Amino acid sequence: MATLARLRTAVPRRVSLAPLARTIQTAADTTQLHQDASHSEPFTVKLHEDSFRGYRTDTPSLDVEVTKENLLKWYKQMSVIRRMEQAADALYKQKLIRGFCHLAIGQEAISVGIDSATTFDDNIISSYRTHPFVVLRGGTVKSLIGELLGRVCGVSKGKGGSMHVFTEAFQGGHGIVGAQVPLGAGLAFAQKYAGKKNATFAMYGDGASNQGQVFESFNMARLWNLPCIFVCENNKYGMGTSAERSSSNTEYYTRGDLIPGIQVNGMDIIAVHQASKFAKEWVNSDKGPLLVEFVTYRYGGHSMSDPGTTYRTREEIQRVRSTQDPIRGLQRYITEWGLATEDDLKTMDKAAKTEVDAAVEEAKASPFPSENELWTDIYSAGTEPASMRGRDREEVHLY
Amino acid sequence: MLSPRQPTLRLLRTVPRLRHTSRRWASTEPPPAGGHSNVIGTSSLLKSTRDVALRTQGLKWVDLVDSDPSRDMVGRETRKMNMYQAVRDALSIALTKDDTAVIFGEDVAFGGVFRCTMGLAEEFGRERVFNTPLTEQGIAGFGIGYAAMGHTAIAEIQFADYIFPAFDQIVNEAAKYRFRSSGNFNAGKLTIRCPSMAVGHGGHYHSQSPEGYFMGAAGLKIVIPRSPIQAKGLLLSSIRESNPVIFMEPKILYRSAVEQVPIDDYEIPLGKAEVLRRGSDLTVVSWGTPIYSCESALDLLAKPPPSISQHVPESLRSAKVELIDLRTIMPWDVETVVESVQRTGRLVVVHEAGRIGGVGAEIGAEIQKKCFLKLNAPVKLVTGWDTPVPMQYEKFYMPDNIRIMDAIVETLTY
Repeated sequence: MATLARLRTAVPRRVSLAPLARTIQTAADTTQLHQDASHSEPFTVKLHEDSFRGYRTDTPSLDVEVTKENLLKWYKQMSVIRRMEQAADALYKQKLIRGFCHLAIGQEAISVGIDSATTFDDNIISSYRTHPFVVLRGGTVKSLIGELLGRVCGVSKGKGGSMHVFTEAFQGGHGIVGAQVPLGAGLAFAQKYAGKKNATFAMYGDGASNQGQVFESFNMARLWNLPCIFVCENNKYGMGTSAERSSSNTEYYTRGDLIPGIQVNGMDIIAVHQASKFAKEWVNSDKGPLLVEFVTYRYGGHSMSDPGTTYRTREEIQRVRSTQDPIRGLQRYITEWGLATEDDLKTMDKAAKTEVDAAVEEAKASPFPSENELWTDIYSAGTEPASMRGRDREEVHLY
Repeated sequence: MLSPRQPTLRLLRTVPRLRHTSRRWASTEPPPAGGHSNVIGTSSLLKSTRDVALRTQGLKWVDLVDSDPSRDMVGRETRKMNMYQAVRDALSIALTKDDTAVIFGEDVAFGGVFRCTMGLAEEFGRERVFNTPLTEQGIAGFGIGYAAMGHTAIAEIQFADYIFPAFDQIVNEAAKYRFRSSGNFNAGKLTIRCPSMAVGHGGHYHSQSPEGYFMGAAGLKIVIPRSPIQAKGLLLSSIRESNPVIFMEPKILYRSAVEQVPIDDYEIPLGKAEVLRRGSDLTVVSWGTPIYSCESALDLLAKPPPSISQHVPESLRSAKVELIDLRTIMPWDVETVVESVQRTGRLVVVHEAGRIGGVGAEIGAEIQKKCFLKLNAPVKLVTGWDTPVPMQYEKFYMPDNIRIMDAIVETLTY
């Protein structure tokens, strides 16, 4: 190990090429108003020119049409999600949530942005940092918190926990790194087979992008021209290893070989919305799969057992929090463009806090699932084996 | 020392034999290079006439031709098929009746290495029967995703030995999908077919029987047929089953097991074992290829040839041995096996996979729990050895009729 450690210091960290090549910029508040913001009509804003980079394709248009209604809705969704994640953090520290818990604080713009460009007929399948999708796609804060607490009111009746949350419009959290990506190819194939004009967003992280099965899925999707959007949420660290130390190519949007890709500023909700819309139109016009890399940042550790400060500096986290926060960015758009006052937004924040607090209390009051749930939904009802063994020798359930 | 004339002689001898085989197999396929196993070819377990075939135990017609169940066999036809033709027949019915059914795997569009999908791509279109890259983990995951949308996914892993890259997908995704989403989503419409078991010269990566690895993954079903009739009925049940099924086809039976197979759509229930021979002194449980070795072992026991007769006590030759084909490995038919062992007091389990961590160990544990006071001898396992399947010594690796008979003798005289 000593030798390895010496070797590591001898190899300089990758030098930023920023002065030479253009890199993606990840500020959350660089979108400019194009015309006067309207309170009732859609209006156009212009994204920063370095919001997108393309590989084998043009980038989405920088001119984005937005409405006041949408911006305020996104703000509300993002603040509810952040409050909810913070509540989960507190509940975990109180030992009320057990097992594993991965929080998406800092990455809210991605889930909200993708959801804004899709309908419930589109498929979204992702890894284990997926709490936001529950509230966005048919679930409630209560059903999410209930799931984390392992209560009956949870989306999976408390049987899945944090990593396994599903709604009718969200194909789930999947706990094995990268395992959901080939499933996404299958979902997309089913849509294509049924002749539906829908998209599948198969999401994974920068860490999972080195899994063999991710490349297997890329190959199948390109081969069969599946309407599958592979979404890499690059939060720069795969567990405790930075992208540079884990990936020979950290430009994740270029890793699809013949599959075109775009890299997107994942901290600006408007850029995420525009890229998701672009991606959906891409697959719906039979262009086959597309890679989308959202460059983002997670403020917390990988999971609750990771303080998140051993492999990166507190200053780095603080810098991102203060300069690139997606919620603060959107807040600035809304106030600067005169769509709402700071007080209005504060009222919304308070409402979000009240909503989450109430949901937490309701979820806490929900009972644990009955013992029967241990044997339910293993096999399809009526087709089970004669019996299932339970937690000890005497506990045997006869179907 | 070999005589220099021998090659010529051997060549001469092969000529009439070739002619003979080509006549005999004109209706189906040329025999495999290694030759057929005599044990399988002449088995009395194979149903060679229409009447016997139509009376297959547990066979359930899917489409009724007559409202009177007693007349349900009238007008039913059978056709002589080997097992790969029966599998193809089942797949063809599945594709015809279910518009969402698709078949994919390595080389399936060309018919597959064992010809189980011959002509299906031409008949049903290349968008329904298509080749995948050499991507086992991807095939399994892709199939799970497709099945999660409520469509019927029939995946083929070219050899059961290649299923291990897909192990994670099958165990962690397919098996647990329903449970962890509390019934929101499931992979129930996924069936993974894979040729398994040994042919005598497959070696490490073409002869394994990996059913035991999947047995503990709650949420899966594992099915292994022994003959063409069974393969068709069980495969159709598996495809329509609401849980993910791994369907392992013993590859030596593809060509060597020939039966009159009903051409209509029928199913054979999963989770039910079949008692092939009634007996009262000992129960033999097996599945797939070794069923035929068991049958042969029972014949050896009753009428041992002079060369081994000294090892078979006279008193055992009239023993009545019950032979059970388990058919579904998970969930296995505990009831039938327990009922049998309660009567016979002795159990021999035969499978090709190694003993440690194998299915036989699980059956043995359950039977010793349920039949402890009725057992007259320890449960005996006759299995492959706990080594990799050896290329050169594969015939020694497989539990053959002599080893099975020896185990029966040992158990009867315990």
